Amino acid sequence: MSDSKYFSTTKKGEIHEYKEDLRAVDRSKRKDSVKKVIAAMTVGKDVSMLFPDVVNCMQTDDLELKKLVYLYLINYAKTQPDLAIMGVNTFVKDSQDPNPLIRALAVRTMGCIRVDKITEYLCDPLQRCLKDDDPYVRKTAAVCVAKLFDINPELVEDRGFLDTLKDLLADSNPMVVANAVAALAEIHETSGRDVFQITSQSLFKLLRALNECTEWGQVFILDSLATYTAKDAKDAEAIIERVTPRLQHANCAVVLSAVKVILKQMELVDDDVLKKTLHKKMAPPLVTLLSAEPEIQYVALRNIHLVVSKFPQILVHEVKVFFCKYNDPIYVKMEKLEIMIQLASDKNIDQVLLEFKEYATEVDVDFVRKAVRAIGRCAVSLERAAERCINVLLELIQTKLNYVVQEAIIVIKDIFRRYPNRYESIIATLCENLESLDEPEAKASMIWIIGEYAERIENADELLETFLESFPEETSLVQLQLVTATVKLFLKKPTERPQQMIQLVLTYATQETDNPDLRDRAFVYWRLLSTDPEAAKEVVLAEKPVIADVGSGMEPQLLATLLQNLSSLASVYHKPPETFVSRTRLAVQRAEDLPNPEDHFGDESGTAISSADAAIADSAAAAGAPAAAASTTALSPQPDLLGDLLDLGGGDTSNGNVHQGSHDLASSLGGLSMGGTGGSNASQQYNSPQAQPAADDFFGFGGGSGSSARTPPAPQAPPLPVILPADKGKGLTVSGRVTRQNGQIVYKIALANGTQAPMDGFMVQFNKNAFGLSPANQNIPVGSVAPGQTATADLVLNQAAGMLNAAAGTTPTLQVAIRNNQQGVLYMSDSVPASALFTEGGNMDPSTFPPTWKGLPDASEASQHLQGVTPGNIEAIKPRLVAKNVFLMAARGSPSGAIWRPTARAQGVSELKLPHDANFEGLIGLRPQ
Amino acid sequence: MAGCCSALYFLNLKGDVLIQRTYRDDVERNLATVFRTHILNSKESDHVASATPVRVLGSCSFIYLRSNDVYILAVTKNNANAMLTFQFMTNVVTLFKSYFGGEFSEQSIKGNFVLIYELLDETLDFGYPQIVDAAILKQYIFQKGFVTEATKARREAEAQNATLQVTGAVGWRKEGLRYKKNEVFLDIVEQVNMLMSNKGTVLRCDVNGKVVMKVFLSGMPDVKLGLNEALEDVTFHQCVNLGRFNTEKVVSFVPPDGEFELMKYRCQDGIKQPFRVLPVINEMGRTRLEVNVKVKSTFDAKLFALNTVVTIPMPDNTARAELQTSQGKAKYDAKKHALVWKIKRFTGAAEQILIANVELIATTKEKKQWSRPPISLTFQVPMFAASGLRVQYLKVWEKSSYKVDKWVRKVCKSGDYLIRI
Repeated sequence: MSDSKYFSTTKKGEIHEYKEDLRAVDRSKRKDSVKKVIAAMTVGKDVSMLFPDVVNCMQTDDLELKKLVYLYLINYAKTQPDLAIMGVNTFVKDSQDPNPLIRALAVRTMGCIRVDKITEYLCDPLQRCLKDDDPYVRKTAAVCVAKLFDINPELVEDRGFLDTLKDLLADSNPMVVANAVAALAEIHETSGRDVFQITSQSLFKLLRALNECTEWGQVFILDSLATYTAKDAKDAEAIIERVTPRLQHANCAVVLSAVKVILKQMELVDDDVLKKTLHKKMAPPLVTLLSAEPEIQYVALRNIHLVVSKFPQILVHEVKVFFCKYNDPIYVKMEKLEIMIQLASDKNIDQVLLEFKEYATEVDVDFVRKAVRAIGRCAVSLERAAERCINVLLELIQTKLNYVVQEAIIVIKDIFRRYPNRYESIIATLCENLESLDEPEAKASMIWIIGEYAERIENADELLETFLESFPEETSLVQLQLVTATVKLFLKKPTERPQQMIQLVLTYATQETDNPDLRDRAFVYWRLLSTDPEAAKEVVLAEKPVIADVGSGMEPQLLATLLQNLSSLASVYHKPPETFVSRTRLAVQRAEDLPNPEDHFGDESGTAISSADAAIADSAAAAGAPAAAASTTALSPQPDLLGDLLDLGGGDTSNGNVHQGSHDLASSLGGLSMGGTGGSNASQQYNSPQAQPAADDFFGFGGGSGSSARTPPAPQAPPLPVILPADKGKGLTVSGRVTRQNGQIVYKIALANGTQAPMDGFMVQFNKNAFGLSPANQNIPVGSVAPGQTATADLVLNQAAGMLNAAAGTTPTLQVAIRNNQQGVLYMSDSVPASALFTEGGNMDPSTFPPTWKGLPDASEASQHLQGVTPGNIEAIKPRLVAKNVFLMAARGSPSGAIWRPTARAQGVSELKLPHDANFEGLIGLRPQ
Repeated sequence: MAGCCSALYFLNLKGDVLIQRTYRDDVERNLATVFRTHILNSKESDHVASATPVRVLGSCSFIYLRSNDVYILAVTKNNANAMLTFQFMTNVVTLFKSYFGGEFSEQSIKGNFVLIYELLDETLDFGYPQIVDAAILKQYIFQKGFVTEATKARREAEAQNATLQVTGAVGWRKEGLRYKKNEVFLDIVEQVNMLMSNKGTVLRCDVNGKVVMKVFLSGMPDVKLGLNEALEDVTFHQCVNLGRFNTEKVVSFVPPDGEFELMKYRCQDGIKQPFRVLPVINEMGRTRLEVNVKVKSTFDAKLFALNTVVTIPMPDNTARAELQTSQGKAKYDAKKHALVWKIKRFTGAAEQILIANVELIATTKEKKQWSRPPISLTFQVPMFAASGLRVQYLKVWEKSSYKVDKWVRKVCKSGDYLIRI
C-alpha cells in the first residue's frame, strides 16, 4: 500500500470533498483525508482554507494523525494566526501527556509556529519540559529555547530560560548536553551577547559528554570547543588529548570539527615534539575524508587547502593522494590540482609534473587549462624546477591544441617575468604559434614577451606589426600591451619602422579611442618620449620587481579567520562569514543599556550636517533638524550615516570623479614603470612603493611639453579636510579622508611638511574602532618629504569581521596615530563617512526588500526630515546614490510626497538598510539590521 | 554555527519538489524554483567554476547532492557547517534506504511521504541533526504495513520507553534482546584503487577497506576485535570506544543489533596488487590500431578472481575490431567506445592475453588527438585482502556467557583500477 494514491485526486471540487471527509465520523476516513490534504500541500497546492477542519482533527490519540495535523499547522499557522489559537489547548494538554514522545512533539511543534499568541502560551509548557524527567523531552526543549529566542529574545530572558539552558550543560544525559550547547552557541552568535562562555568547570562536562553523545552532538560540542580559549598550554594540551580520539570517527563532520579544535588549541602549545606528533596524527584522517562521497571530498579539499596554507608540513608527504582520478567530478579535480600546487616541492616535482602533463591531455578544457597553469605556477615558485616545467610546457605546445598553446604562453610570460634573461631561447618556438592566438590574455602575454625581448627578436617589429593591424578591434588589455610593447621596441631599436609604428599607435590611442586608461597611458608615453627619451628609457625599461606565485596565497588575517571557521560554509567559499551571511543581527541592546539616545543623536548629526551644508547644492536636501527618532539603536555611528546621506547632494560627486581620475593616472603610471604584465601580477604592482616617486617625477616635467596633440588636463586633487593642523603637529599638517575606491576602503592622506627639515619614516596606526578598520600596511609609502612639500598616499584599509557592535571601548570616531622619525608619534581623530563602508553588493531583490524592512524592529529606526525633495528629482539623485553604493529599492511619487526605499550594505554591519521615507517635509528612515 | 539548514528539499531530476520541510522561517518557500532555474537548467552548469555542490545564490547558500534519481537540497542563510550538512544528507539517504527496503528513488519517496515527514521531523530540529540512525529510529517510528491493534498497542508502549535509551550513551542497542543461536558474522571488504602509468610504474595505489558485521547476540555483549596490524588511518562506528582504541589499540564495542559497518580504513603501504597489466597500443597510420594487453594475476594460485572485466578504451572513430584472447570473451562495445574483455574465473598466478586489430574510419576532418583514456579493470577476489589485514581474535563477553558462533570472510573488490595507455 503506497502513499502515492493520496496524490491522485484531480477532480474538481476536491477541496470541498476534503472538507466533508475531514468532518466525517469515521476515524479512518478522517485520517485518509488529512493525508490527502498533506499530499496536496506537498505538491504545492494551497490548502490553507481547510484550516479549521484540519485543526479539529488535532485532538486524537492516533500519533501518526497528530503528527500530520501538527505538520499542517507549522505550514499554515502564519497565514491564519487567529485560527491557529484554536490549537493552543491541545498543545498545552499534549505537553503534559504521559507519553514522552507526545510531550516532546508538542513542545517541538509549538516552537515552530511563529505566531505571537501561540508563543505566549509556549512559555509554561517549555518551562516544564526543560525540567522533564525524560531526557528525550529535555533535549527537545533545549532546542526549543533557541527557537523561542529567534522569535522573541526578551521573553527568553524574562522567563529565565537562558539560565535553565545553562543548567542543562550539567545534565546527566549526553544528548541533552549537546543540544543545550547547540542552542546556547546559536543564541550567543546571533545576539552578539556573551551568553555562552565555556569555563573550566563546564569544559570538563562538555568533554565528558563528547565521549557519549550522538555523532551530531559531538559536532555541536566540538564546534563550541573551537571557540574556547584555553588558560595555558597545559589546559590546551588536555583538551587536545581528549579530542584526538575523535579523529577516528566514521562521521566526516566529527573528524573535521576535531581537526578545527586541535588546530585552535595547538596555538598555545609550545612543545615542538607534541606539535609534530599532532601534525602526524592529523594527516591520515584528513586524507581519509577523500574516500567519501564527492561532495564531502569537495568540502574536505577546500578545507585541506586552508590547513595546508598554514601548516604545509601536515600533508607534505601526501601529494600522491591528491592525484586526480579519471572519474573524479570536475569540481573535485580542480581542487585537487590546487592542493598539488601547494604541496609541490623540489622532492616531488618530477612526479607532480608528470601528472600535470597527463591532465593536460584530458578532454575537459577548463581542467586542461588549469593543469597548464599549474605547471607555470610551480615554475614560478620552485626555482630549481623551472627548467623542467618549461620543457613540459614546450612539449605541450607541440600538441598544437589551441587552448593548450594559449594557456602555455600565458604562463611562460610569468616565468620570463620571474626569471629574466634565462629562458629566452624558447621564444622562437613561441613565435611559431602566433596565428593560433585568439584569446586576449594569450595575445597580451605574447605581445608583452615580444616587447620585453625586442632587442633579441630579429623581426620583433614585423611581429608586432601583425598585431597592430587589428589594433582598433582588440580588447583594451591587448591594446594597452601593444602600446607599451611598441614603446619598448622603439626605445630599444629606434629605427625608422618602429618610429612609424609608434606614431601610428599613439595617434590612434590618443585620438580615436574612448578608453581613458588607454588614452592616458598613450599621453604619458608621448610626453615622456618627446620630453626626455633618456628618462623614458629609465621609466619604461626599468628593472621590474620579482613576482611570486599569488594563486594560492591568502592574507594571513583572512586565513586565520577561515581556519577558525573550518568545516563551515565560509571555509568552502574561502570568504569570511559576514560577506555572505546577511542575517547576523547586531547586538540587541535594550533601551536601558543605552545612554540618553536623543542627546547623543542630536549632537552628532548636528555637526555632520554643518560640514555637509556647503555640499548641498541642487536637489538633494538642505538638512532640517533631525527628527528626534522614537528611540535609537545601539549603532552609534549612525548619525554620521545620516550626515553622509545628505552629503550625497551636489559638490561631492565631482570630488568622486577627480579621485577616480587621479587613481587611474596613478595606476597607469604603475603599469608604465612595470611594463605592465597584465593578469594577476599587475594588480599587486600598482601598490608597490616604487610607483610613487615616478608619479612625482612625471608631474615635474609635465608642464613643459608642447609637442603632444592635446595636453591632458592636469588633475587637481580636491583639498582633503585637515585633521591635524600644523600647530598641533609640530609643523606637520595632516589631511585625510576615508573613501571607497574599487571595492576597497582607502584612507587618502596628505602630509604637508611645514618645517625646515625633511621628514621621513612615516607610519600609521589606528586605535581600536567601531568600524573594525585597520591599515593593511603600517608604512606610509611616501618616502621622504622635503620642506614645504606635500606628499599624498592612499592607504588601503582592512575591515575586521563582526565589528560595528558598539562594544565597550570602541568609539564611533577613528583615532589615528601617525609617527615619523622627526616629530615622533602624533595623535588625531577623524570621522568615517558611511559611504566608505557600504559595499558594492548592497542591492537587494525588490521582492525580498519589503518583508526584510518590516522585519526590522521599529525601535531601531532613526529618521530625519529633508527639504526640497520632490518626486521629480529622485531619478536625478539615484545615480549619485548608486555611486555611494546606496541602492534605491523603490521610489513612489505622489503629489503629496515621495517615498524612498534605498538599501545599502556595509561589511561588518553585515547589512545596513537605509530605507528612506521622504515626504515633502522630508523624512529619512534608517533601520540597521 | 553548528546547524545545518533552514529547509530541506527532495527534488526529482527535473527539479520538481517531491517533498520539502522548512525548519526555519528565514528562507522563502520558492527556493526550489531558484534551484531549478539557476542550477539544474542553467547553461553555465557545464562550466567548471559554477558546477560545485555548494553555491550562493542571492542571500542563500544551496548545498546539494544527487543520489539515484533524486536531488537532496539544503538551503541556509547562515554560515552553516557544510561538512555536517553533507554528512547528514548522506546519512538520510542511508536511513531512507533502510526504511524503504534498500531503495532510494523518486518512486519510494512519493510512495512514503507520510513516513518521510515523520522521519524529517525526528532527524532535524531547527536545522540541528538529532537522531538519524535507522536502528534507533525504528524503535519508535515504525515501518508501514498492516499490524493488528494488539501489536500496535505493544509497539507504542515500547516506544514510550525507548526515549530513555535512544538519548543515552548506548543509544544504538535495545535492551533485552534474545536469540536462540548467538552468531557473529564479520566481513572484511576491501576496495583496491590503483593508477599505473603506461610504463608500468605504480603512480598511486591504496586500499579502502571496511569491516562489516552482522550481529545476532542476546543481551548486552561486549565485543573485542584484534587485528594483526596497527592501522593508522581508520575510522570507527559510533559504538566503538575511541578513547580505548587510542590508548590500547583495541577495538572494543557494544554492537548494534543486526548489520552495521564497524570500521573503515585506508592504507597505502605494502599493498599487494591483485593484477598487473601490460598494455601495448600502437597507432599504425591513421586507420589502424594494434592492441596487445597482458593481464597477470599475482595472488595465490589456490585463489581465483570472479567476473574480471578489462575495459580498453578505443577512439570514437573505431569501425571494428578483430579480437583474440587466451581466456574469456572479448568484443568491441560501440556504445562505450571500448574493447570489453570478460573473464568469469581468473585463477591466481596466471597470465592471460588479448590481441586485437582495430580498424578506424578515416575522417576527412583533421583528426583531433585521441585523449587515450586509461584501461580499467573490475574484479572480485574472495578470501584475499590486498592490505594484508587479518583478524587475530574476536571475543564476545556477556554476563550469561553463552556460546557464540563466529564467521569471518574476506573479499577484495576493484575500486578505480586504472592503467594509462
